Amino acid sequence: MQKEEVQQGLERFIAARTGGPVTVSNLARLSGGASRETWSFDADTPQGRIEGILRADPVPGAPTIPGRELEYHLIKAAWNAGVTVPEPLWDGDDTFPVKFFVMRRVPGETLGARLIRGEQYAKAREVVPYQLARDLARIHAIREADHPELAGLERPPEGKTSAEAQLDHYETSYRTAELDPHPVFELAIRWLRQHLPPPSELVLVHGDFRLGNFIFDETGVKGILDWELAHWGDPMEDLGWLAVKSWRFGGRLPIAGVGTREAFIEAYEAAGGRKVNRQHFLWYEMFGNLKWGVITMTQAATYLTGRSRSVELAAIGRRTAETEIVLLELLEGRWD
Amino acid sequence: MQDRPTIDELLEAVAGYLRDDVMPNTQGRLSFHARVSMNVIEMLRRELATMEDHLAREWDGLDHLLGIEPMPPKLAAVREALMRRNEALCERIRKGEADEGPWRLAVLSHLRRVTLDKLEVSNPGLAAEYREPGDG
Repeated sequence: MQKEEVQQGLERFIAARTGGPVTVSNLARLSGGASRETWSFDADTPQGRIEGILRADPVPGAPTIPGRELEYHLIKAAWNAGVTVPEPLWDGDDTFPVKFFVMRRVPGETLGARLIRGEQYAKAREVVPYQLARDLARIHAIREADHPELAGLERPPEGKTSAEAQLDHYETSYRTAELDPHPVFELAIRWLRQHLPPPSELVLVHGDFRLGNFIFDETGVKGILDWELAHWGDPMEDLGWLAVKSWRFGGRLPIAGVGTREAFIEAYEAAGGRKVNRQHFLWYEMFGNLKWGVITMTQAATYLTGRSRSVELAAIGRRTAETEIVLLELLEGRWD
Repeated sequence: MQDRPTIDELLEAVAGYLRDDVMPNTQGRLSFHARVSMNVIEMLRRELATMEDHLAREWDGLDHLLGIEPMPPKLAAVREALMRRNEALCERIRKGEADEGPWRLAVLSHLRRVTLDKLEVSNPGLAAEYREPGDG
């Protein structure tokens, strides 16, 4: 969307909710986030100043997913469950030609490499794994029975475990993206098929719980973001994804680059999380690396088929090899 | 043959322009995409410098796994043939031929070499992390 359209739309939208008139200032589109438009703004309203964030779909009519439709409700459910999330303010209406919602802005930063290297984040590096473990345990305690508004989220089809359904989904994505043959992916898919974990209970899975998707400051985690991939599934999926190599941003340790698996598991279980089976966790870590590899291919395909002209999406196609080297390590039994 | 500057020299000029002129004078998405573009151009420079060696090495590795085949003289035909041969390798993996035994070890070692070569172009820092003395 153009800046002027966002400015005028926001002023109308917030005025209707605060008893207007409203002036929006400091409107800026934030960098990063290839699948969403995120705008930062300040709004002066009759009820005071709101430092806000607008999250919107990129283009009208873009194929959507339940988690994106329900992102506002997801953040609200998380907020009520005591998860560290930005305060959700209002779900969108037809102000813009795309689906959107508004939440309060949380100061801090999200860039993974800054957490790993920033001198000012020495203390944060110590506490982040424990804070993430607590937040994840609280997310996994969210029950469908208490949240009928989240019933539309994806779930494994009848007769399939969550793990099997996830593997099926990403294998199909890989085979339909059809850029070039990837023997490493074939080996990984085969290993994953032969080592499928047993069925698990279904809980709310964040789906993209990792360094880069939470706001942090010197004191650690300030807000878990990017809920659009949330679904009902196996809690271990979030643990494995968190440990994926690309989400360590150069950090030496598996959990967000700064924590060990064992310390994380202990904190997660202590905070009320599910009992963790290590094999099950490692299956999802292998799967997570495969999944990110497939996503790099499908994002590049978005560019190659002309659906997007973004140089960022085009360049992501060359990140597939980063996941292949990790898959090879894991296939040879080297879990670092 | 084209006149100087060479491909590499021209790419270097464009990368320098993005780094020294565009990035410091832009913000947010524009600056971010300028950085991505600069990284892409630096990657292309590495690819041009190593492409011949890397393609030949992948071809040799596949000769070892699938049987010897003469390498086509033209680049486009090499790429096409590599796609076909990699698909043949995928097919054999799907059939379970690489599930265990010496062929699995040969496949893993070939794929490690090829993947490290890809990373040498796309992410040399990461390649160095995984490359052991004696590799490639």
